[in-house]
Amino acid sequence: MPLPRTPSQTVGPYYSIGLCRRRDNDLVPGGTRLHGRLLDGAGDAVDGMLELWDARSHRWGRSPTDADGRFEFTIAKPEPLGNDAPHFEVLVFARGLLEHQRTRVYFPDELKANAADEVLAALAEHERASLLAQPENGALRFDIRLQGDEETVFFAV
Amino acid sequence: MGADDAIDTQVAVDWPPYRSTQLRHPKRQVVVLPERFAELEGPVFGESDFDRLDNDLTAAAGGEPLGERILVRGRVLDEDGHPLRGALVEVWQANAAGRYRHDADRHPAPLDPNFTGAGRTLTDDEGRYRFVTIKPGAYPWGNHANAWRPAHIHFSVVGRMLGQRLVTQMYFPGDPLFDHDPIFQSVRDPRAQQLLVAGLDLGVTEEAWALGYTWDIVLGRGGRSTPPDLD
Repeated sequence: MPLPRTPSQTVGPYYSIGLCRRRDNDLVPGGTRLHGRLLDGAGDAVDGMLELWDARSHRWGRSPTDADGRFEFTIAKPEPLGNDAPHFEVLVFARGLLEHQRTRVYFPDELKANAADEVLAALAEHERASLLAQPENGALRFDIRLQGDEETVFFAV
Repeated sequence: MGADDAIDTQVAVDWPPYRSTQLRHPKRQVVVLPERFAELEGPVFGESDFDRLDNDLTAAAGGEPLGERILVRGRVLDEDGHPLRGALVEVWQANAAGRYRHDADRHPAPLDPNFTGAGRTLTDDEGRYRFVTIKPGAYPWGNHANAWRPAHIHFSVVGRMLGQRLVTQMYFPGDPLFDHDPIFQSVRDPRAQQLLVAGLDLGVTEEAWALGYTWDIVLGRGGRSTPPDLD
């Protein structure tokens, strides 16, 4: 019988003391800006933290959210991995989240690869849309909604 | 033992007693990724990734912090009991008076100029970590009338695989606040609650210097929040 896992607990409101001791959001210096807001079911800003992971290039980053729920990273688009469209794995941590959430961000200029992607293909149209970054003034915009009609798709962690 | 006897280690994410969950917990069923992503590797850290690793929280600010000096030691393991080497373990905590060094903490308890409350380390070849710190105090948090958090140390662990990521809290044995704390109680199985409680360990204790606690951390392999089989 496997050992029982240690249960998860919330990161709480003071996570930055331990987890944001330095800037970790520059995956690719001078790269594309990927930014957005972390929002709750009322559309209000969430105080929390995101971790971004490019499993292909082994690039990792972490960004706290500010008072408006804003996070940002500088990135390069990950290479495609097999038949999987380029994407980042995203982990979301926040006060009020007793366990972190896992989602993905895909890229709007990858129409063909996105259409062929197994994970995206299994989702309904509006669900797929929640995982697509949007071009915005040379940057990429990606909002995460923890609840509500436009709730972001989350994956089993 | 049958499967029914397995400890339920899941946390209740939809948990009204902890009010902040209300607008923040996702309500849709999580999507299960194809099996080939189950063992997707995660970030790996080494000593060179940090200007310093600091597992002695009593040495961070020049002088000795106030409070009860303690040692916290344990191992990071996978579900098969194998040690995880090189796991990044980051901790943060309140000081002995129950106050965090954070702008948002308004609890009128004193800050300690000699305590920042942050530490980090990498596990050794046997998966071991060790911190020297002080025992954090309980503090009020406004969730409900007389809401006080039991003393705890926040732990963040980055394992080998992305599915092994864990953020949790370590508690101290016998805390009378356990029964009144919705965060602790969000783990519903009492046996799983005990997995969050360190053990007083006289073998770790250093004579005439600091009490020792042992707390092992077991990381999953993904699938924790996978919906149960519907058969």
